[in-house]
Amino acid sequence: MWQNILLKSIEQGLVFGIMALGVFITFKILKCSDLTVDGSFPLGAAVAASLIVGGCNPFFATFIALLSGAIAGLITGILNTKAKISDLLSGILTMTSLYSINLRIMGKPNIPLLNKPTIFSIVESTLEKIPGFPLKYMYLILFLIIAFGVKFLLDALLNTQLGFALRATGDNPQMIRSQGVNTNLTKVMGLSLSNALISFAGALVAQYQGFADVSMGIGTIIAGLASVIIGNALFGERSIFISTAAVLFGSIIYRSSISLVLSLRLAQASDLKLLTSIVVIIALTAPEFQKVLNKNSKGGCKHAGVEKHIKNL
Amino acid sequence: MLVLKNISKTFNHNTPYENKVFSHLSFKVNEGDFITIVGGNGAGKSTLLNIISGAIQADSGRIILNGKDISKVPEYKRAVFIGRVFQDPMLGTSPSMTIEENLSLALSRSNNISLKWGLNINKQKLFKSYLSNIPLGLEKRLKTKVSLLSGGQRQALTLIMATMKKPDILLLDEHTASLDPKTALLVNNMTEEIIKKNKITTLMVTHNLEHALKMGNRLIMMHNGRIIMDIKGEEKAAMDIPQLLDKFEQTQGEKFANDRVMLAR
Ligand SMILES: Nc1ncnc2c1ncn2[C@@H]1O[C@H](COP(=O)(O)OP(=O)(O)OP(=O)(O)O)[C@@H](O)[C@H]1O
Ligand SMILES: [Mg+2]
Repeated sequence: MWQNILLKSIEQGLVFGIMALGVFITFKILKCSDLTVDGSFPLGAAVAASLIVGGCNPFFATFIALLSGAIAGLITGILNTKAKISDLLSGILTMTSLYSINLRIMGKPNIPLLNKPTIFSIVESTLEKIPGFPLKYMYLILFLIIAFGVKFLLDALLNTQLGFALRATGDNPQMIRSQGVNTNLTKVMGLSLSNALISFAGALVAQYQGFADVSMGIGTIIAGLASVIIGNALFGERSIFISTAAVLFGSIIYRSSISLVLSLRLAQASDLKLLTSIVVIIALTAPEFQKVLNKNSKGGCKHAGVEKHIKNL
Repeated sequence: MLVLKNISKTFNHNTPYENKVFSHLSFKVNEGDFITIVGGNGAGKSTLLNIISGAIQADSGRIILNGKDISKVPEYKRAVFIGRVFQDPMLGTSPSMTIEENLSLALSRSNNISLKWGLNINKQKLFKSYLSNIPLGLEKRLKTKVSLLSGGQRQALTLIMATMKKPDILLLDEHTASLDPKTALLVNNMTEEIIKKNKITTLMVTHNLEHALKMGNRLIMMHNGRIIMDIKGEEKAAMDIPQLLDKFEQTQGEKFANDRVMLAR
């Protein structure tokens, strides 16, 4: 039984880790508090599930879900940079609008995907033909490939000139402007990329758990932040390579702790959001963690000051 | 080459804190000028540089660089022609990035948004050669995060970044003011060397009258948003610190006199 719980935790850690990588982009790279997350995660699920139920190829549906997240991030970015609404409020506005939009897309609060083709059922039916393939570990293997694939792509991107510009935008916007970079543009690109990953994760999760639910986004941001903080505290941030790996491991550790707490019956599922918030609060008030998060809080976003905003949540 | 025409700037318009810094300031910088700028606190020196770089928009007036009106050009586009070093060593570099990553941003100043690798062997060789010109040992620390450097090392790095691609105009705002005397001297010598070697047109704000006299070919004194002295060549060479101080105190005296008038009313 424990083996199964561990397997499930790692699977979840990896697939939600993709979402956490999105959160990492805004909170750690752009140093900007983006709350679009709670809307873009179910957006991905809603778009993928609706398209799949409508008969669309699940791979294509997942890709469209990713694009929809990019658009959500784009809107938050434009609200922040063009309409000059604070990063925090821009995200909340998009997130709130997305709640209605997601319901419109889905047409009802819950779409089951049982007996529908998903990217996993398609892969499974191919793998079944390989004799002796350990299907039990299919999700683990797939999520390892996808999550680390995303991680390595993100690492590569952050080591291009554009990546340098993105990092400098969060680190010191005045400096990077005086090096000829339009920080409004980099900010919008970063928010778009982040929410694209988050919606992508939402689409995967919907297919993995077999349904999309309009309320599945609640608390996503806090779960993402918890993963980022745990990873950062345990593995540090010596380089981009390590920081992004830390996010995935942080996510696995976060999901494992939750499973542990639940299977030991220390709490029930409905307590989890409270527990996670408490973990994040402790992390944010513990001095070492605070240093980690507050560093360079000058931030790229208008009215940033990450630590302040996180505490304001 | 750089012309400012009728620049006016008021901060906090229509509030109790309204602060008129410039009113119809005009001023011309010639190609190859190395101008040192002195003046009391609040004279408007930093604001002048900020208006030139585009960090602050003037309320009215025109800024013409090489015959092109750049008054409406956003800061990040002007940055292609303008190099800057700030007083605060924290402002010029990206602390969580390494020395070589920072230098890479400066090297590709006009095309930073591309998907080419930020670093490669050639760039790293180039950066090493740049850094080995200054006796700070930075050439061995390319992979060190800038947050670990001292203020002087950061200013030296920022200066290299600002001039790596020859700017049309270089703006230095008290860039050695927060450094210890020895490091300040080093960065100052480096500044003179780079400017001379590349013939960079430069505006340098300083509170050090000795530097202001010794460096550059032209000296400007500002007071209350006006240029009250503009000397160059022989006239500048003939000027000494006591004379400059005299002039400086006159302005302060004028201020006292004004205060007295105010009180008398
Ligand atoms: N962003 C701003 N908002 C409001 N007022 C400002 C701003 N920047 C400068 N000022 C005001 O403009 C005036 C000129 O300031 P400035 O910084 O240009 O002076 P300075 O000559 O550089 O002085 P210092 O030698 O102290 O650096 C000051 O009264 C200052 O308070
Ligand atoms: Mg100043």
